Amino acid sequence: MVEQPLSDVRILDLTWYISGPNCTKLFADYGADVIKVERSGEGDPARRMGPFYQDDPHPEKSGLFLYLNTNKRSITLNLKTETGKRILKDLAEDADILVENFSPHAMPSLGLDYETLEKINPKLVMTSISNFGQTGPYRDFKASELIIYGMGGAMCTTGVGDCEPVKKGMNVIQYQGGTMAATATMIALYAARAQGIGQYVDVSLMESQMGSIDRRMSELLAYEYNGELTPRMDIAGLLQYPYGIFPCADGYVDVAGGFMFLNRIEKVLKMPLMERYGGVNQFDVERREEFFANTWYPWIMERTRREIVEACQEKRVMSAPINTTEDLLREPQFQERGFWAEIDHPVVGKLTFPGMPAISAELPWEIRRPAPLLGEHNEEVYASLGYTREDLMKLREGGII
Amino acid sequence: MAKLPLEGIRVVGMTQMWAGPTAEMHLADWGAEVIKVESLHYLAVGTRGPAPRHPKFAVDFVKGGYAAYLKEGYDEVNGRPWNRSSMFNVHGRNKLSCTVDPMKPKGKEIIKQLVQVSDVFIESNQPGVMENLGLTYDVIQEWNPKIIMVSMSGFGQTGPLKYYRALGAHQEDFLGHTYLRGYVDRDVTANSAIYHGDEASGTAAPFIIVMALHQRNKTGKGMFIDISQAEATMTQLGEAILDYTMNQRITERTGNRDLYGAVQGCYRCQGEDRWVNITIRNDKEWEGFCRALGNPEWTREERFSDTLKRWHNHDELDRRIEEWTSQHDHFKAMYTLQKEGVAAGPVEHPDDAYNDPQMKDRGFFEKVTHSECGTHRYPGLSYRMSKTPNLFRSPPVRLGEHNEYVYKMILKVSDEEYAELEREGHIGMDLVPDLEIGKYKAE
Repeated sequence: MVEQPLSDVRILDLTWYISGPNCTKLFADYGADVIKVERSGEGDPARRMGPFYQDDPHPEKSGLFLYLNTNKRSITLNLKTETGKRILKDLAEDADILVENFSPHAMPSLGLDYETLEKINPKLVMTSISNFGQTGPYRDFKASELIIYGMGGAMCTTGVGDCEPVKKGMNVIQYQGGTMAATATMIALYAARAQGIGQYVDVSLMESQMGSIDRRMSELLAYEYNGELTPRMDIAGLLQYPYGIFPCADGYVDVAGGFMFLNRIEKVLKMPLMERYGGVNQFDVERREEFFANTWYPWIMERTRREIVEACQEKRVMSAPINTTEDLLREPQFQERGFWAEIDHPVVGKLTFPGMPAISAELPWEIRRPAPLLGEHNEEVYASLGYTREDLMKLREGGII
Repeated sequence: MAKLPLEGIRVVGMTQMWAGPTAEMHLADWGAEVIKVESLHYLAVGTRGPAPRHPKFAVDFVKGGYAAYLKEGYDEVNGRPWNRSSMFNVHGRNKLSCTVDPMKPKGKEIIKQLVQVSDVFIESNQPGVMENLGLTYDVIQEWNPKIIMVSMSGFGQTGPLKYYRALGAHQEDFLGHTYLRGYVDRDVTANSAIYHGDEASGTAAPFIIVMALHQRNKTGKGMFIDISQAEATMTQLGEAILDYTMNQRITERTGNRDLYGAVQGCYRCQGEDRWVNITIRNDKEWEGFCRALGNPEWTREERFSDTLKRWHNHDELDRRIEEWTSQHDHFKAMYTLQKEGVAAGPVEHPDDAYNDPQMKDRGFFEKVTHSECGTHRYPGLSYRMSKTPNLFRSPPVRLGEHNEYVYKMILKVSDEEYAELEREGHIGMDLVPDLEIGKYKAE
């Protein structure tokens, strides 16, 4: 049995909400010992964000929290007390990595900035994730999923021209910042092991978007090269028209075909289209409309997503069904590859979760434990620091844990 | 002075489009020697621009766009369009490029020699391509048992969708992201194609690769890593998937509305297509918002008096908010609201982004001179490290730019052999004439 790749890594995890926990989740699921430090009483605010199991807004039933915190151990600690700070420093001494995503002023104001922690543990990699970075005029500005995408990402070109720009789904921008932070942290850890140096890693969510490949960087460079802004247009407005999402018998389907690949579409539809429409492009409005009304829609509206996608793929036309989460869970592809993980949790029971981001026999991905209950690991973690049960009682009475 | 974190690691890349090259970019940025192995006889759709010699009229026709070319001095006949693409030049920094024709036995031998002196071999081709070239893991590991080989395709190396043809946008369709985004009052066809999977998997992959290097340091073993871009992206949709597995509820799109009950939207500002995003989460922020607007009468109406009421009257509130924002510049709106503790930020077009005070202060854009494109500002690194500081070390790599270095310094090829490889179509800086996109030119 191959050992998990990060079984020799310990992380002190001061993260909350989404981006930070997603960063440490990647490490935890590959074997790192992640000690999640939560506020006494309330814990990570993600515990109060939905969706909740059976819609019960209980702190141990948040799907968001349950997903983002697998394999972590939870302790509670009040960092505003002197004892709390001392305990955190003790924990930092043995950690390889510390990750936090508070506002930039929080760690320095607690006296827990990198300069302080570096003295305790010179090999420590400390990663701070923030909305705009640890420096600069926006440093202390507030933000949200939507705002980060608008400022950093390609939101200006997402949506249709006659409407406002529109965000991506769910919380993917914050997740992406967390993935970026995980990569940055992993690279810094590699340097720490190879060269014996710890360091401070500054991850800005705005920059994680500004440096993102989903159109943004390229559109920025297109502007720099040619002085032109990119208009916001729907898929059907692309040059290769018709190219995009169409209604069909049981929902919607994406077909990258149209006039660009008309020779292939001809084979999919089994009609002599090249003869009639060969050479037509998006500017030829009359014949384009005719193609749509007489050929394309009658064909596509009679067929289901699966029929269309299979017929297209067989003739090398890129195509995909517009799946809901229900459809996604039923896709044989992801079932066959063992993507889904079953996780048993003491409060919500056994549930299906998204699983490993990569498959390799040498990199075992494993759920060793479900997301922790708040403070579940206080006793074992504090015992390892030498605290007795009586000490814990005192800490509890003092509001420290 | 510390070395860059990945100095001493050599990566051979045969990647296409965006996801694989993004993974290479992270590794190259932090010191790995990333050698792109390209061919004068093959160009995958979109990797170095839409087409090998994209016609000038089409280049001039497109305004902006992510698949633009540098227009000034564009010459599809005598120039090299493939070195001028905004699709490629954003991730081509800090890398090396050599050319080889893998369709020929000698080309395969060259790849073998490179694999033998490398740590990582990464490819992001449609499954089937590496099989046709005879460059699958069983071959690669015989050449170098310690190599870490990474394949990143749309759906992975197994399963019924293995050979499905898909761009990032089609992966999004399959994994449910397309359904989860867009306008509430319009159907799913009214949106842009996005490629979130490229950034999600392209950013997760370097994490996996560096972790694999860490593992190899302990076990001494090479490995094969199968990354499905769709699966790597799905890990960013956890709570939507859990809503189904917990409650059998299909998550629907919510437009720009907040998922957790805040007042939120994208509001029109002064100027052409200028907008500001605003999020008001609680009473304190609402009071700040009212102050920023000068406490107009309507803000004191009963129906806006608490979080729940504001949520129920969100549409009306949106109209009121836009009455105010439409009289302001989008940056001015941000400053006015942030001053009162309200989360707000402009939707930044590229002209805004290059002038953004935060980006300027952090030095995000870097001025770089490229021998065929001239001097321009490029988007830079997305994260900083205190002891291994780093910048653009070399401009976006040109096709075959480092042939001399790779062949003569790494592979120890003699001048005579080098000249012969040039004659045989392995080494060069120009794609062969009449190259068809996505197809190897038959001899």
